[in-house]
Amino acid sequence: MNEPLPAEDNPVAEGQRLHPLGLIVGLITGLPQLIFPMVAAVFGTGSRDRPELIPLVILAVLLISVFFRWLAWLRTHYHVGDDDIRIERGILSRSARSLPYDRIQDVSVEQKLLARLLGIGEVKFETGGGEGEDAKLSYVSLDEAERLRETVRARKAGVATPEASAGAVPEPDLPPVFAMDTRRLVILGFYSFSLVIFAILGGLAQQFDFLLPFDWWDFKNWIGIAEDNGVDITHIDRSVQIGGAIIALLALTAIGFATGIVRTFLKEYGFRLDRTAKGFRRRRGLTTLTDVVMPVARVQAAQIETGPIRKLSGWHALKFVSLAQESKDESHHMVAPLAQMDEIAPIMAEAGIALPSTEAQFRRAPLLWWGQGLVYLWIAMAIGTAATIIFADAPFSKAGWMLLIPLAFVPLVWLEWRNYGDLVDENQIYLRENWWNQQFSIAPQVKVQSAEVSQGPLARLFGLATLHFGIAGGSLRFAALPLEDALAVRDRIMDAVAPFDFSEINRRG
Amino acid sequence: MDEPDQLKPLDPAYVTVMRISAALMAVPLLIGAIILETAQFTASGLFIIPAAFLAVWAVFRVPSRRFARWHYTLGTDRLRIVRGYLFFSDTVVPLGRIQHIDVHQGPIMRRYDLATLTVHTAGNHNSSVSLPGLRHADAVEMREAIREYIKAAQA
Repeated sequence: MNEPLPAEDNPVAEGQRLHPLGLIVGLITGLPQLIFPMVAAVFGTGSRDRPELIPLVILAVLLISVFFRWLAWLRTHYHVGDDDIRIERGILSRSARSLPYDRIQDVSVEQKLLARLLGIGEVKFETGGGEGEDAKLSYVSLDEAERLRETVRARKAGVATPEASAGAVPEPDLPPVFAMDTRRLVILGFYSFSLVIFAILGGLAQQFDFLLPFDWWDFKNWIGIAEDNGVDITHIDRSVQIGGAIIALLALTAIGFATGIVRTFLKEYGFRLDRTAKGFRRRRGLTTLTDVVMPVARVQAAQIETGPIRKLSGWHALKFVSLAQESKDESHHMVAPLAQMDEIAPIMAEAGIALPSTEAQFRRAPLLWWGQGLVYLWIAMAIGTAATIIFADAPFSKAGWMLLIPLAFVPLVWLEWRNYGDLVDENQIYLRENWWNQQFSIAPQVKVQSAEVSQGPLARLFGLATLHFGIAGGSLRFAALPLEDALAVRDRIMDAVAPFDFSEINRRG
Repeated sequence: MDEPDQLKPLDPAYVTVMRISAALMAVPLLIGAIILETAQFTASGLFIIPAAFLAVWAVFRVPSRRFARWHYTLGTDRLRIVRGYLFFSDTVVPLGRIQHIDVHQGPIMRRYDLATLTVHTAGNHNSSVSLPGLRHADAVEMREAIREYIKAAQA
């Protein structure tokens, strides 16, 4: 390296190194990526003809990887400053990232199995940009992770309330806001019934079919095996066939439930939500333990989810829509995976969100609105019927059945209509929708970022409009209001919220 | 709202800008139609006539219609944009929710001294709201007004 080393010359930028044990975790988790270089090296050096060289080549690849990881580790520093956390990294090209405390939304600590065994963790700073990679330190010791989190919390507190900077005081041991015991995990597991395992097995079987003894997908081979084992396929009677089908169905169901339970335990084991001085702290996970802190002021809306089956036993899930997103596929923070409404209300109250009053009347959108799809479907079917009659010369009695297909969806339309409802009261907006994935969203009006009334050509014929509320991390859509009502509701909410500034509403708490 | 809705139209030169943009878009369509026409797959005129109608409609009819529907007003605490010829939309962004503001000028707009003002919010819906066809000086003035508002609100 003949490149100048400004970082080393400058004591201020020196900062701290990551935990050396992280090198081991990095190496082991990076092994799959090394398989290709190893294979390439074995072929490239021509050691295929001299098998005794293969271990040496593999060792060389490993050593090179270790060397570069060590070099990267040597060149990575982080510095906890007065205004920001700076992370410098890069072997040849240096990058320095500054994370102002003001912009850090969440600090989360993640421990995958291996890191957990070694007592180190990955610290992620979420900056709420939504897009792009967030800054992370992988890995630091758990004490250091806790120290970083406390520092960020204290500095952030310093922005809003200077007297709260004594944030390093250990949290008192309060009971959790919400926790899941084993019984509840099992119940949640049952509701998480999943046949995804078959998709995975199918994918693997396809990937590695050269390892299988015969063509897996051709059932004749299976009959062949049965016959080899003395089963005469032609003499299996109806009752055995039905019995076999029932057993297969039972096995499928059992596997589906087992998958759900295993996945639930892996993800939600030891679920615990605490209310700390600066926000909510959530810990969960069996092999991968995650520990996330979410400042209360960053909560934008609450979302209560349930389904037609679990609702019968009163089970719901509560998620918070937050400025900082949890991950790419989970945009909301799960705060209670399976809870009764009387448990959910206190959690929401901690975030300053309330359930609507019991007398509140939700508005329903006209049934016609939900039936739109059916109208299009029916038109398509009518064209299909006409085409069949004209081109295939079929009598109407033979082709007319197509016109009945849309009728099958009528119950669904009715269910969607019945499960939709919206409501605006003094401080909040509410939206209830969907029949299968029932979602009930509640947002404080001050968290509304923008409001739009829109109308397509078809809706204009009926004088109906859609009202969209932009929320950071989500959006609420009121369907099919009369245009004047939509404009009136929008203006009323805008009048209520415009006096408050964004920075104010997201820093309080 | 305290003041009555004094919705302002865009700058009339924006109609010309929309016409030029539409004409530029119509060129590949017409070329495609002419090529198909010369290949003589079907009866002549099956491609070029609809394409020509579409181009004439997009260049002469749509821009003036859209312009007539496009209005805005920058109130004391909110920006309201009303627009839409086929798809009507009426958007309000409270100034206190604006994250950052862009003033953008494309090459055609620059010729007519016009600009687009875009405000960005933290919401997932309407994360950016654009108002095209403003005089460049007006757009800059609006940007400064919004900036002043945000600065005052944060203090």
